[in-house]
Amino acid sequence: MQVGKPILYSYFRSSCSWRVRIALALKNIDYETVAINLTKDGGQQLAIIEYLEETRPTPRLLPWDPKKRAQVRMVSDLIASGIQPLQNLSVLKQVGQENQLTWAQQAITSGFNALEQILQSTAGRYCVGDEVSMADLCLAPQVANADRFKVDLTPYPTISRINKSLLALEAFHVSHPCRQPDTPPELRA
Amino acid sequence: SPQPILYSYFRSSCSWRVRIALALKNIDYETVAINLTKDGGQQFSGEFQALNPMKQVPALKIDGITIGQSLAIIEYLEETRPTPRLLPWDPKKRAQVRMVSDLIASGIQPLQNLSVLKQVGQENQLTWAQQAITSGFNALEQILQSTAGRYCVGDEVSPSELCFPPIYGNTNKFKVDLTPYPTISRINKSLLALEAFHVSHPCRQPDTPPELRA
Repeated sequence: MQVGKPILYSYFRSSCSWRVRIALALKNIDYETVAINLTKDGGQQLAIIEYLEETRPTPRLLPWDPKKRAQVRMVSDLIASGIQPLQNLSVLKQVGQENQLTWAQQAITSGFNALEQILQSTAGRYCVGDEVSMADLCLAPQVANADRFKVDLTPYPTISRINKSLLALEAFHVSHPCRQPDTPPELRA
Repeated sequence: SPQPILYSYFRSSCSWRVRIALALKNIDYETVAINLTKDGGQQFSGEFQALNPMKQVPALKIDGITIGQSLAIIEYLEETRPTPRLLPWDPKKRAQVRMVSDLIASGIQPLQNLSVLKQVGQENQLTWAQQAITSGFNALEQILQSTAGRYCVGDEVSPSELCFPPIYGNTNKFKVDLTPYPTISRINKSLLALEAFHVSHPCRQPDTPPELRA
C-alpha cells in the first residue's frame, strides 16, 4: 500500500503538529519532516489522526466501545475546537500584544474548567480509561501551552496527573517540541 | 430504549449540525431548548452544567450517556445507527470529509461564536467575525476545488455538509462578500433544498420565537 514515506509538514512549537507527531510515534510510522514556520495553524489534525487510525490500526488510538469512542472524540474536540483555536498564533496576533496573555489564559482556563470536570467521569490512567487515545494526544500539547502562558494548574489535578504520566511515555518524549529537526538551539532539550 | 434528548438552541450553528444528522438518520428525539441569551444564558445554569460541563449546546442524551461536541455526537450516531451512511467507505475520502468538517468546526466557527464576540467588544465584532469567516472560506474554497462533486467530497452528503449551512447562514449576519466563493455557495444552495436541512432549520424549531418563525 505504501508508496513513499509519509511527509509531515510540521512546526516544532505547534501543538497541532505535536499531536500528529505523537500519533506517528505511537504507531511506529517512519516519516520525513518538512519544517514550516507558521503564521496560521490549520484545525485539521484530528482528521489526520483518524486517517492514521483507520489505515494503520495498531496500536489503537480509539477504544472499541462506541460510547468510549464518543468520550474520546468529545475530549479531543473540546481541546481542538474549544481551546486551541482561541489561543493560536494568528488569533493572538489579532488581539494585540498587550492583551495576548490574558486572552490566552482565559481561553485555556475556561476550557480546562470544563475538561477537569469531564475527566472526573471518564479518566482512568489516561483521559478515557487506561489506554492512551486521541484525547491524550490533544491534552499534552495543550498543557504545554498552558505552561507557556503561565496558567495556574492547581485547580486541575486530574489534567496535571494525566499529563505527567503521558510525558513519561516514549512517543510523547521523542515528539516533544524541544527535540524536533527545526527546534532552535536555545530551545533544544 | 427511551427517546434521545437533544439540548439545543434554535439559532446555534453547532446544534443545527446535530439536528441535520438526526433528521438524515430518521431518529426521533425530544428537544430541550437552552436559550443562550435569556436569564444571562441558560447554558450557565447549575443544572445544565452538571449535564454538560462545557456549558455549550448541543448536548445529546442517548443510550444512557450524554455527549457534547457536535462532531463527536455525529460520529457516535454514524457508528451506532449506520444507515443511511454519512461517511464514505474509502479512508482517504473519509479523511477529506473530516478535514473539511474540522476546518469549519475548529478553524472558523469557534472564532465567531457568541462568547468570543462578547470578548472582543462590540466595536470590533463585525471585523473580527468577517476576518474569521473569510480567512476560513479562502482555504475552504481552495480545498473544494479538488474534493467537491455535487457536495464537498464527491456526490454524497457527509458530516462536512452538516457544517455548511450554519456557517454560511452567518455570512449574511456579518455581511461577508460571497463573490470569491462560488463552490461554497453552489453547495450550500443544493443542501438547503434537502428535507433534512429544511426541517432542522433555525426558523422551524420548537424554541424559534414567533417573529423569526418561517
